[in-house]
Amino acid sequence: MTEPLLEARGLTRRYGRVLALDSADFTAYPGEVVALIGDNGAGKSTLVKTLSGTIRPDQGQILMDGKPVRLGSPLDARVHGIETVYQDLALAPDLDAAANLHLGRELYHVKWLRILNKAGMRQRAVTAFREIGTRVPDVSVPVGTMSGGQQQAVAVARAVLYASRIIFMDEPTAALGVVQRERVLDTIRRVRDRGICVVLISHNMPEVLAVADRVEVMRMGRRVAVFETPGTSVEDLVGAMTGALELRAAAAGSPATADGGPGQAGASSTGPAGAAELSGRDAEDWNDTPGRLA
Amino acid sequence: MTSGQQDTLPAAPRPPGPPGDDDRPAPGLASRIGRQVLVANESWTIGALLIIMIAFTIASPGKFLSANDLSLIAENASPLLVMAVGQTFVILTAGIDLSVGSILIFASVIADEYYTSNGGTHAGWLVVVIGVVLGIVAAAAWGFIQGFAVTLMGIPPLIATLGGFGAALGASYLITGGTDLGAPPDPLAKTIGLGSAGGVSWMIIISFLVTLVFGLVLAYTRFGRYTYAIGSNPEAGRRAGLNVNAHLIKVYVLAGALSGVAGILSLAFNDGTTLTGHSTDNLIVITGVVLGGASLFGGRGSMFGTLIGIFIPQVLNSGLEIAGVNEYWQQVAIGLILVGAVYLDRFRRRLRERAA
Repeated sequence: MTEPLLEARGLTRRYGRVLALDSADFTAYPGEVVALIGDNGAGKSTLVKTLSGTIRPDQGQILMDGKPVRLGSPLDARVHGIETVYQDLALAPDLDAAANLHLGRELYHVKWLRILNKAGMRQRAVTAFREIGTRVPDVSVPVGTMSGGQQQAVAVARAVLYASRIIFMDEPTAALGVVQRERVLDTIRRVRDRGICVVLISHNMPEVLAVADRVEVMRMGRRVAVFETPGTSVEDLVGAMTGALELRAAAAGSPATADGGPGQAGASSTGPAGAAELSGRDAEDWNDTPGRLA
Repeated sequence: MTSGQQDTLPAAPRPPGPPGDDDRPAPGLASRIGRQVLVANESWTIGALLIIMIAFTIASPGKFLSANDLSLIAENASPLLVMAVGQTFVILTAGIDLSVGSILIFASVIADEYYTSNGGTHAGWLVVVIGVVLGIVAAAAWGFIQGFAVTLMGIPPLIATLGGFGAALGASYLITGGTDLGAPPDPLAKTIGLGSAGGVSWMIIISFLVTLVFGLVLAYTRFGRYTYAIGSNPEAGRRAGLNVNAHLIKVYVLAGALSGVAGILSLAFNDGTTLTGHSTDNLIVITGVVLGGASLFGGRGSMFGTLIGIFIPQVLNSGLEIAGVNEYWQQVAIGLILVGAVYLDRFRRRLRERAA
C-alpha cells in the first residue's frame, strides 16, 4: 500500500483522571474512505478533535506525508488541507447557507475595508452545492430554518469546498432519515473519487461496511483492530469494538499482531481473527516498533 | 441585513411538505417578499410606532406631532440613539451592556474636567477636540475592561456591565465631588449643542450619521458578519477559526466608545454634565434595541430596527407628557414594554425551534 497520508502515533490525552486517548494510533491513506468505529467513550471524538486541531494531545506524534506536523488550532489543520464536519455541524443558525459556507473565509469587494462580497459568496455557494450534488433551494435563508438534512448538506459542502487532503465526518448520518442518509453516503463516495480521503466516524455498522474501504476500531482509548472492508462482517466489527474478538483470539492462542502493523492489514482475507490487528497486551510491542507502522 | 428577517411568526405561512423533506419547492418571489415583510421584525416595530403616534394624535389633536415636537424628540433621543447603536452590537453577540448611562456620564465628566481647567467656556476648538478625544478614549477604555471581564475572566455580561455601571458612576462622583461641572466651551455648546446645519440640528446629524455608518458596518462588513455569527453560535465561530474573544472585546470597546460619543453630545446639549440624569438610560436603550427586533439570545437584529425601536420610548414619553399623564407612568410603561418585547422574542424563538 502507498505511504499514509495522515498518521497518528501514540496519542495520549487525559481529561482530569479520565484517560480519553491511551497511546492511540490511527492511519489514513490517500483516496480512501476509512471508518473509525468504537463504542461510546472509546475515544473516537477525542481522536478526531486532536487530528482536526481542536484539542492538543498530551503525548504522541501526528504525521502528514510521513512528516511530523503540529496541529495547534483548526487553522493549522486547514493549512494542511484537513476539514471536519462536526457532529453538531457547527453552523451559525441565524446566518444563511452562503455565510456559513464562508465563515472565516469571506470574499471581499474592498479587501482593506473588509466589505463583504455577498453576491460572490452566494454564487460560490450555489456552485459548491451543485458540485457535490446536494440541493439547497435557497442559499440566502438562515440555516436554522432549514431541515436537518439541508443543514447537514451545508456542513458537508463547507468541508468539501475547502478540504484538499482529508475530511473528518463525525456521525454525519446520525440525525438523518433514510433518503438523506443515502445522499450523504453518495457524497462521501464522490468526495473520495475526487482523491480526498474521508474519515467516517459512525455507529452504524452496515453503513460503515457499505461505504468504507477500511475500518479502524478503537476501544478504551486505543486502536485495537484494523479491517479491510471486503470479507468483513458486522459481527467482526462488533467483536472488535466490544473486546469479544480479542478474547476469542486469546483463547485460540494466536496473537494476531504477529502479522504486522495496520499497514499490512490486507491480510484480512485470511479471516476475521487474522484480519484484526489486535492490541490488548501486545500493544507495547507495537509502540516499540513504530517502523512497522510506516 | 442578513439576520433581521428570519423569524417564523405564528401567522406566517410555512411552505408545505412533510417534515424533513429536503426538496421543498422554493416559494414564488412575490409570496416570498410578502412573507419577508410580514415576518421582518422591523415591520412590526414600524407598525407599533405608527399605532402609538396615531393614538396620541387622536388623544391630543393639534398638539402632538408638530414639527417642533418631532425635532425635539429626535434631539432628546440623539445620545440614546448613539448608545443604542453600540448596544445593538453587544446584544447581537448575545451579551448586554447595562453600563451605557454611567459611561456616558463618565465620558462627559472626563471631557468637562479637562475643559474647566483649560479655559472653560472661552476655550477654543483645539481644546474642544482634545476634550472630545479624551472623553471617548476614556469611555472606550471602560468598554475594554468590561470586554476583558466578559471574555478572558468569563464573567457574564450582565454582571460585568452591572459592575461597570456602578463603578463608572462612582468614579464620576469621585472626580466631580458630587456636583455637576460647569458649562463646556462655547464652540461645543453653541455648535453641537444648540446649532444646526441646513435647518437640522447637529445633534440629529451626528447621531444619524453614527447610526448610518455602523449600520453599514453591521450589514456589509466582516466585523458585522462575525458579530452575527458569534452571537448565533460562538462555538461555530471558534471552529471556523474566528478569534471569538478578540471580537467580543472589540464589540464592548465599540459600545463604550459610542457611550463616550453620547456623553459628548449630552455635555454639549445640556451645557454641562448631568450626573443624575441617566439612571434609566440603559432601560430605555435596551428597550429600544429589543423593540427594534434584536434578540437577547443573539444573532438576530438590525440597525434599522434599532433606529425605529429607540423612538418608541421617546414618542411614548412625549405623547404621555402632552396628554398630561403623570410622568412617572412613563417609566412604568417602558419597563412593561421591555418585558413584553422580550417575551414576544422568546415565544417566537421557541416556535422557530419547533419548526426547524
